[in-house]
Amino acid sequence: MFLTIIIAIAALIIIGFSAYFIVQARRIERGEELQLEESGSTTTPEPAVAAPSFRDRLGKTRAALSGYLGSVFGRGDINDETWQHLQDALIRADVGVGTSADIVATVRSKAAADGVTDKTELAGLVKTEIVSRLKGFDRSMSTAREDSATENGKTKPAVWLFVGVNGVGKTTTIGKLAHREASAGRSVVLAAGDTFRAAAVEQLSVWSERSGVEIVKGSSGADPSSVVFDAVEHAAARAVPLVMADTAGRLQTKTNLMEELRKVRRVAEKGAGTVTETLLVIDATTGQNALSQARQFGEAVDVSGVVLTKLDGSAKGGIVIAIHAELGVPVKFVGLGEGITDLVEFDPHEFVAALFE
Amino acid sequence: MFETLSDRFERIFQGIRGRGKLNQADIDATLAEIRLALLEADVNLDVVESLTQRIRNRALGQELSKALNPSQQVVKIVLDELTVSLGGEAMKLTYASKPPTVVLLAGLQGSGKTTNAAKLAQWFKKQGRHPLLVGADLQRPAAVEQLRTLGEQIDVPVFSETSRPTKVAKKALKEAARTARDVVIVDTAGRLAIDQTLMAEIANISSAVNPHYTLLVVDAMTGQDAVTMARAFDQTLALDGVILTKLDGDARGGAALSVKEVVGKPIAFASTGEKIEDFDTFYPDRLASRILGMGDVETLIEKAEEAFEQEQAEKAAERLLEGTFTLEDFLEQMQQIKKMGPLGNLVGMMPGLPKEARNAELDDSHLARVEGIIRSMTPAERAQPDVINGSRRLRIANGSGVQPTEVKQLLDQFSQMRQMMKQFSGMGSKKFNPKARSKGKKGKQRRGGRVTHNDSARSTASNPAKGSAKPPKVPLALPGLEDRLRGF
Repeated sequence: MFLTIIIAIAALIIIGFSAYFIVQARRIERGEELQLEESGSTTTPEPAVAAPSFRDRLGKTRAALSGYLGSVFGRGDINDETWQHLQDALIRADVGVGTSADIVATVRSKAAADGVTDKTELAGLVKTEIVSRLKGFDRSMSTAREDSATENGKTKPAVWLFVGVNGVGKTTTIGKLAHREASAGRSVVLAAGDTFRAAAVEQLSVWSERSGVEIVKGSSGADPSSVVFDAVEHAAARAVPLVMADTAGRLQTKTNLMEELRKVRRVAEKGAGTVTETLLVIDATTGQNALSQARQFGEAVDVSGVVLTKLDGSAKGGIVIAIHAELGVPVKFVGLGEGITDLVEFDPHEFVAALFE
Repeated sequence: MFETLSDRFERIFQGIRGRGKLNQADIDATLAEIRLALLEADVNLDVVESLTQRIRNRALGQELSKALNPSQQVVKIVLDELTVSLGGEAMKLTYASKPPTVVLLAGLQGSGKTTNAAKLAQWFKKQGRHPLLVGADLQRPAAVEQLRTLGEQIDVPVFSETSRPTKVAKKALKEAARTARDVVIVDTAGRLAIDQTLMAEIANISSAVNPHYTLLVVDAMTGQDAVTMARAFDQTLALDGVILTKLDGDARGGAALSVKEVVGKPIAFASTGEKIEDFDTFYPDRLASRILGMGDVETLIEKAEEAFEQEQAEKAAERLLEGTFTLEDFLEQMQQIKKMGPLGNLVGMMPGLPKEARNAELDDSHLARVEGIIRSMTPAERAQPDVINGSRRLRIANGSGVQPTEVKQLLDQFSQMRQMMKQFSGMGSKKFNPKARSKGKKGKQRRGGRVTHNDSARSTASNPAKGSAKPPKVPLALPGLEDRLRGF
């Protein structure tokens, strides 16, 4: 720690000094300017037709990709271009360069081994390969505890903690999950742990009313840990087995905010509660940064699963393949809209089908 | 952190120092790396293809400059190209001759519309205008409450009612006229670009209020889909510009490039933090170097310019390189640095720092700890840390509430650093003039830096016009500075 600070300060001093010169060096004349070219086609996205199933909801985005994928999985024999197109298609789905190249290499050697030369057969191979990378993960939501759920006749609630960067849909996800639990006849207490963003508590309150579950709030700017702690105590006192805790969105690079999150997790277990799930909410439109999110939130609060939201848009959320592979954290739920029922369990086959249909 | 692009280039170019021109093979090797770097930064694949094509055309046959080595040269071409692509014509906000000037915000869910509506209002306020915020997001629970709370914080009135968004927007115009507000900022619900019903709704809002500016709010973390989204919004609303949000994270922000290419309109503002003040005009050159993973030296330098007192910094740097830097100097500089903002952010902006330093958990409480230790020393001890023995160490530790080992650690690191810096300056090349020497470049004779420009430039010390993004600033200085800093 000291070394870093000293290095940083030394560097900054030099920068302070160099600033003077550097400012002037900027004045060097620039080369010729280049015209921006308008890139791309003018196709309008497909119409949106709402239907509350994973496959149907995803279907509306298929058209956008299918034209492109025709060149990958269309007719004809496999050639070098096919592999390039396959890799490009994966990159476009935010799978990432490294993972895409890896998938293509694996499929390519399998195709060679099996003597596959036909593109339609190839499609099967690709899907199988990606599905296999998403298989073998436990996607269930745990409320179980090693010891019994009560102690001295007092309930010991399970806590599901929701974390993520700003604007991914944490509060909405809790709203939907609370509804899901409540409809299944389980009682839930919501903890309005986002005490930072304006009106976040009100937003969660609306969801709690919609699904008829209790909510514990603190005042704006209150310590989120204390709100979560209160919610756990409240649940324990009323024999409610589950607490869902909202937290303020935070960028994974903000050390102090990540520290705050660690504390929330610690304090959630200080009383009667046990954190049985820590769900990282990721926006499907996010690109490669999602991996950094998963890594750093994972380090801070030991993420047990991912909720992939906004998958009803045109984004594919392909980065979760890398998240499965690198961090061993599975996607548990998928958000498909703003309605209270628009949250479904993740299914690898359907996810992959949506990538490629 | 990835290997920086210039590190990779360095490797590629090791063999071609003596040549006068970049040839096809050199270019192809670097283009592959550029392509990878851009894709890792989430630039859309189509945009990457067209960009690399343009870079190839520019780089082919380019005369090698005497001042830069080949890798620096290509980095410069790439940076220039990205800067031009990101920048172009700046958005000039003019106000309607018949107020109010109407600004409509649109974007996906969670991109930050509501927060940035307030930030924009604050910005207009600073320009001496009187904004009215309009809560036309009736979709998301408590969105209007959020806007009201923010409005209160910045003392800007908020208009909304529970009806339909179009109606709210229309009424807001009357409200603005009635209360003599000259800027109206309309916050709308987040919507997916493929949701035709909601896209039709925002088209209706737009035709109801006839906005002077329609701004798309884009999350800097967006992936490949940014293009689809931007295109759809542009077709529905005819965008005038973009607000780029969440730039304070570690996302490289390639989405901005994608959006810029598709929409062809300027990125007007960038949001760089959770506070309302963290909102500023967009600097294309900074994002360009960030997309390439080269750190954000420009912002750092600007902060340094604001915080440092030139004389003092120069002296400190000189002493640092001479090895006579004392803990007193260190403390003094630390105060200056604190003015520049959280240390963690600053370190993140520094290019070429070792990975451990970048990823280290640095918050300002650490700084305070160091400060506490130094402040518990006597002036004599600060000037001559060598006098500190076991009992002095214990006294300092007690005084600052730390363990004696921590004091020892700090002192050890400090003297190591002093040693290191002294070595640097010892290796400094004669080619540099005395002042430039203190910048501490390693001795190896690359055709380094901008030494050639210094003399002519020093006479014109004027600050480049801040804020006017007209001709994008040329980050020529970057490769050189990066080389120097890599020394640490």
